[in-house]
Amino acid sequence: MPAAEPSDAVLSLSDLQFSWHGKAAFRLEVPALDIRRAERVVLLGESGSGKSTLLSLICGILSPARGRILIAGTDLGTLHGSARDRLRAEQIGVIFQQFNLLPFATPLDNIVLPLQFSRNRRRKVDDPVAEALRLTEALGLPETLITGARAAELSVGQQQRVAVARALIGQPALIVADEPTSALDASAQLAFLDLLFSQAAAAGSSLIMVTHDDRLSDRFDRVLRLADIAQVSREAAA
Amino acid sequence: MILLRLAIASLLARWITVGLTIFAIALSVALFLGVEKVRTGARASFADTISNTDLIVGARSGGVQLLLYSVFRIGNATNNITWETYQDLSSRPEIAWMVPISLGDSHRGFRVMGTTDAYFERYKFRGGQALSFARGDKFDDLFDTVLGADVAAQLGYDLGDPIVVAHGLASFTEHKDKPFRVSGILEKTGTPVDRTVIVSLEGIEAIHVDWSGGGRSGPPVSADEVRQMELEPKAVTAIMLGVTSRLKVFTLQRAINEYAEEPLLAILPGVALQELWEIVGVAETALVGVSAMVVTTALLGMAAMIFASLNERRREMAILRASGAGPGVIASLLMLEAVLLTAAGVVAGVVLLYAGLWIARPYIDAAYGLYLPIAGLTTREVLVLAGVLGASVIVSLVPAMRAYKISIADGMTVRT
Repeated sequence: MPAAEPSDAVLSLSDLQFSWHGKAAFRLEVPALDIRRAERVVLLGESGSGKSTLLSLICGILSPARGRILIAGTDLGTLHGSARDRLRAEQIGVIFQQFNLLPFATPLDNIVLPLQFSRNRRRKVDDPVAEALRLTEALGLPETLITGARAAELSVGQQQRVAVARALIGQPALIVADEPTSALDASAQLAFLDLLFSQAAAAGSSLIMVTHDDRLSDRFDRVLRLADIAQVSREAAA
Repeated sequence: MILLRLAIASLLARWITVGLTIFAIALSVALFLGVEKVRTGARASFADTISNTDLIVGARSGGVQLLLYSVFRIGNATNNITWETYQDLSSRPEIAWMVPISLGDSHRGFRVMGTTDAYFERYKFRGGQALSFARGDKFDDLFDTVLGADVAAQLGYDLGDPIVVAHGLASFTEHKDKPFRVSGILEKTGTPVDRTVIVSLEGIEAIHVDWSGGGRSGPPVSADEVRQMELEPKAVTAIMLGVTSRLKVFTLQRAINEYAEEPLLAILPGVALQELWEIVGVAETALVGVSAMVVTTALLGMAAMIFASLNERRREMAILRASGAGPGVIASLLMLEAVLLTAAGVVAGVVLLYAGLWIARPYIDAAYGLYLPIAGLTTREVLVLAGVLGASVIVSLVPAMRAYKISIADGMTVRT
C-alpha cells in the first residue's frame, strides 16, 4: 500500500466493514484505501460490486459497522447525522452518472446549491454567480444557457458539465464521481474527462471516479480494482 | 433564499396539480370568509331592524313572539291591547312617546299595519336611521297609504294607485267598498318595513266599522259616511314607546308587566333580539362548522397531493442530499412548499371573497335585504387565516416525515 501521511491524505479508509441486513444480506470490507491531495484515482468494478455502497460510506450517507473513514483529517465515525451531512457539504463534490440536476431550477441555482449547506465553500467564493459563470465558461457552456434555461432543457452532456461545476464550486477537497461518463458517447467522454481533470486540478481537488469501463483508466494517476481493495459477500436472507 | 427559490421553482414545474390545490384552498378560504361575512352581516342587519325604541308592549305572550309579530311581521298576536289601556299608559309621566300599531289585515301577501303619523318619526333602524320617502309623503287623508319599497316594487304601484285591503292574512274577503290610495312610497331599508303596507289607525278602524269578527255585521257603511263617524280605535296590537330617561326603562317595564287591568308584556327590543338570535344562531354555528370542515378538507387534499408527489421526487431528494442537504432540510423544504401553497391559496381566497362580495352585494341586498359592507378583514378573520397557515404546517408534517425517512433510506442513490 503506498504510504500516505495522514495529513496529506484527503481520504483514508482503514479496516472498514459494512453490513446490510435487508432482503438480500450484503457485506463489504475495505482493509485500507488512501487518496492523496490532488490525486486522480479510478476505481474499477462491475455493477453490483459494492461501488455505490462504498461511495455512500465515503460521503457519510451510510455508517460502517466497524473501521475508520477520515475525510480531510476528520473521522466520520465521530460525527452524527447532521454533522456528517455538513462534512459532505464542506469537503465533497458529487457527480452522478446522469440526472444530476434539479430539473425545474436553472443550471445556475443547481451550481450554487452546495454553497447553501457549506459555510467554508461559500467563504472561498466571493461572488457565487460570477464563480459559477467562470466555471461553466471554462467547461465550455454559454452563459445564456446557465442563467436562462431550466436544467431539464439541457442536453445530457451539458448537464454533466453543469454537474462538474456544481461539484467544484468552492473547491472541495474531494470529488466523488460515479460513472460520470457512461451517459456520454465515446467521443465526448475524453473531452469531458479533460475538462474534469483540468478544473479539478485548478481547484486543487482530489478525484475518485468509479466506473466499470477501463478504457479511460490510463489517464488517471492510479488505477484500483474494487475486487483488489475490497471483499464483498452476499447471502440470501435468513 | 435559494431554498425558497427552489421550492417556488419546484411548485411552478408542477403547476397543474399545484394550481388545482391552490384553487381548492382558495375556494375553501373564500367560503369560510364568506360565511363569516354573511353571518356577521346578518347578525348586524338583524340587530339593526329596530333601534331607539325602549320598550315594545303587547298582550301577554312570549317576548320573542311579541318581537316577531310587532317588528318582523311574522306570526300573529294572541290578543290585543284595549284602547283604554293605551290611553292609561300614555298618561304616565315617564313615557316620552308612544306609537300604536294595529295588525291583522293584508294586501296581496303583504301585511297591512295601522299606525299614527308618529311612526315615521319614531321608527328607527340601522343605528338610528329614520325612514325616508322615495316618493310622496305621509298619509293626509283617511284612506291614504304608504308602501314599503318592496311592496311598491313587486306590485308595481305608484303614487295615486288604489289599493284594496283584504280582511285577515290569507282571505278572499276584501274591503272593496273602501279602497286606499297610495300617498307615499318609502326608501328601501333592509327591514320588514319594506314589505309592509302602512295605513292610519283610523283607516283600519274605518274599514272595520261595519265588520265584526270574521265577517260583515249590520248594514254596510259607505266610505263617505264613515268619514263623518268617530273613528277611535277599540284596540291596538302593540305599542312602541320611548321613555324620558333610560333609567326608567326597567321600572316602567315592571309596571307594565304587573298592570292589573289587563295582562300585558313589555320587552326591551335589544334583549328580545338577542334571545331570538340565540335560536337562529344554531344554524350560524353549523355554517361555521361546515366551512371549517371544508378548509380542513382542502388542507388534507394538499397534504395528499404532496405525499403522492414524493415517489417521483426521490431523485430530487437524492440530488439535494448529495449537495450536502440533511434529511431535515428536505423535510423542511416540503413544509415550506405546503406553507407557500397555503399562503397562495389564502391570498387567492381573500381576492375571491372580495370579488364575490362586490359582484353579489347588490343582488343580496335586493333579494334578502341583507346589506354586506365591503370592509377590511376583521382581527378574528386575520387570526383564522393565520390559523389556516398554522394548520398547513401541521398537516405538512405527514409528507415531511415521510420524505425524511425516504431521504435517509435512499441516501444519494435512488432505490426503486
